[in-house]
Amino acid sequence: MNAIVKVENVGMTFDTKKGRFVALQNVNLQIRQGEVVSLIGHSGCGKSTLLNLIAGLTLPTSGAMICNGREIAGPGPERAVVFQNHSLLPWLTCFENVHLAVERVFGAKEGKDKLKARTNAALEMVHMSHAAQKMPHEISGGMKQRIGIARAFAMEPKILLMDEPFGALDALTRASLQDELIGVMEKTGATVVMVTHDVDEAVLLSDRVVMMTNGPAATIGEILEVKLAKPRDRLQLAHDPHFAECRGAILEFLYQKQMKKAA
Amino acid sequence: MSTATLTSGLVTVGPDTEAASDTRNDIIVSKQEASMLAAPVTPAPAAEPSVSIGERCGSFLRAVLPPLLGFAFIIGLWALVAMKSADFPGPAKTLDAAITLFSDPFYQNGPNDQGIGWNILSSLKRVAIGFGVAALVGIPMGFIIGRFAFMNSMLEPIISILRPVSPLAWLPIGLMVFKAADPASTWTIFICSIWPMILNTAQGVQRVPQDYLNVARVLNLSEFKIITKILFPSVLPYMLTGIRLSIGTAWLVIVAAEMLTGGVGIGFWVWDEWNNLKVEHIIIAIFVIGIVGLVLEQFLLLIARRFSYGNN
Ligand SMILES: Nc1ncnc2c1ncn2[C@@H]1O[C@H](COP(=O)(O)OP(=O)(O)O)[C@@H](O)[C@H]1O
Ligand SMILES: [Mg+2]
Repeated sequence: MNAIVKVENVGMTFDTKKGRFVALQNVNLQIRQGEVVSLIGHSGCGKSTLLNLIAGLTLPTSGAMICNGREIAGPGPERAVVFQNHSLLPWLTCFENVHLAVERVFGAKEGKDKLKARTNAALEMVHMSHAAQKMPHEISGGMKQRIGIARAFAMEPKILLMDEPFGALDALTRASLQDELIGVMEKTGATVVMVTHDVDEAVLLSDRVVMMTNGPAATIGEILEVKLAKPRDRLQLAHDPHFAECRGAILEFLYQKQMKKAA
Repeated sequence: MSTATLTSGLVTVGPDTEAASDTRNDIIVSKQEASMLAAPVTPAPAAEPSVSIGERCGSFLRAVLPPLLGFAFIIGLWALVAMKSADFPGPAKTLDAAITLFSDPFYQNGPNDQGIGWNILSSLKRVAIGFGVAALVGIPMGFIIGRFAFMNSMLEPIISILRPVSPLAWLPIGLMVFKAADPASTWTIFICSIWPMILNTAQGVQRVPQDYLNVARVLNLSEFKIITKILFPSVLPYMLTGIRLSIGTAWLVIVAAEMLTGGVGIGFWVWDEWNNLKVEHIIIAIFVIGIVGLVLEQFLLLIARRFSYGNN
């Protein structure tokens, strides 16, 4: 299968006040069309850095990043990002936040009614139609994250990038959002790259789990294929031997091979 | 000034610190004032507080009683001081004078003898003009300084030198350039208002959360949309803080400036009444200046609250 994203020998070095800091070194990764990939690793290993490189928010200091056969030169709407802290603009309503994205992507080709319909459909997809006219500070953290997801999906991106999308949420909200995301991914067949530090989440949602070594000079340690049929159901998976196996492999990687000195 | 960028995590919206504040109230203390305040001060056996009522009416009184007590104390102290001094008017005499004064605030007896209402309005007008021009110049300048590091490094040293200068030091320059008292005091207001506006706006621009700028970049928003949908709304609270600080300083400075330039205005009026030895009028003026300042401040706080978007 043809890779939609190719990360080739990528290195990322930051110039800091204390000198040069090598965050990533020799990262190689290919992501196929329609695939869901999670990046997992200890905090500070460079997951966000890699995701930001794919997003084009930062450019690598060495190696090549290719998306759809073209070098990634900057961010673009075909690579939508769901930010960790949702990043809704607090002075716009939920509807306006999503509409801003829709307008930007489809505004040139489609009429006002069509744009509105798209926005409403996106809100509907994450079950947030009732909050369309609310301001972000009036809704809960989980709801904000849903709006963030709606905003990203509404752009119909080729690739959806998510940086710990549920990291700030409590366990129950997190589970219900994961289920929602499974539904949305099923419906859209989107290619997704997701950063997470939650082992269950990684196995539940992804086709492949990319495990990163500890920084500095982090790189990809192992890649695990999750061969579980989709759509997945968290209750059934609890008793699935392959699920347990995947989980075990990741835990082993994180807590034996990449044990972190007490942070 | 550092180019502060907030990476993911905490997103502060709006001014959490009143950083660029520079209120200067150490302006004029004349010899006469000093001697006036030197009247003997005896410790006051504070006015009899009615505590027993406070117990009955609960929370309402608990909110109202302390401020009332504070006023009662200060008035009691004032009355005592006035009793011991021959030319210091007491609260009763001052109240009398205030009633006469405010019964006809808008009389006009020639250019140098106008009602207190006119004096207040003239001062407010000067503040409004000086401040308005300062906003027109300062806010765009703040945007430029905040957005372009080059402009920041170019203008920052100049601003750092000029900002600590008392606005009154600029008064002679105003008099020389405009050859009239009125625009000169407006000019002084302009000078003192402009710094907080430049600095707060610049700070707001530099503090636009990186996340919002990332949203703009991912969505590939046009420059116009970036300004209207992201920069302006996110800088607005900082701008309003700058405006509030400016107005506060302007109101402090106008009194002093008018004392020096004369004409019609509350500052000049204070000086005039001092020359007429109407000390009770000066006390009234102090209250009036305080109350007007408070009203201005509260009004701007009200606007600022309207534009603060909750905590995200
Ligand atoms: N802009 C930057 N400047 C300097 N160092 C950075 C920058 N961004 C990230 N780093 C460093 O790179 C490493 C990886 O960071 P990050 O990708 O955010 O980790 P995480 O895996 O927790 O998302 C960290 O040590 C971090 O301090
Ligand atoms: Mg991270």
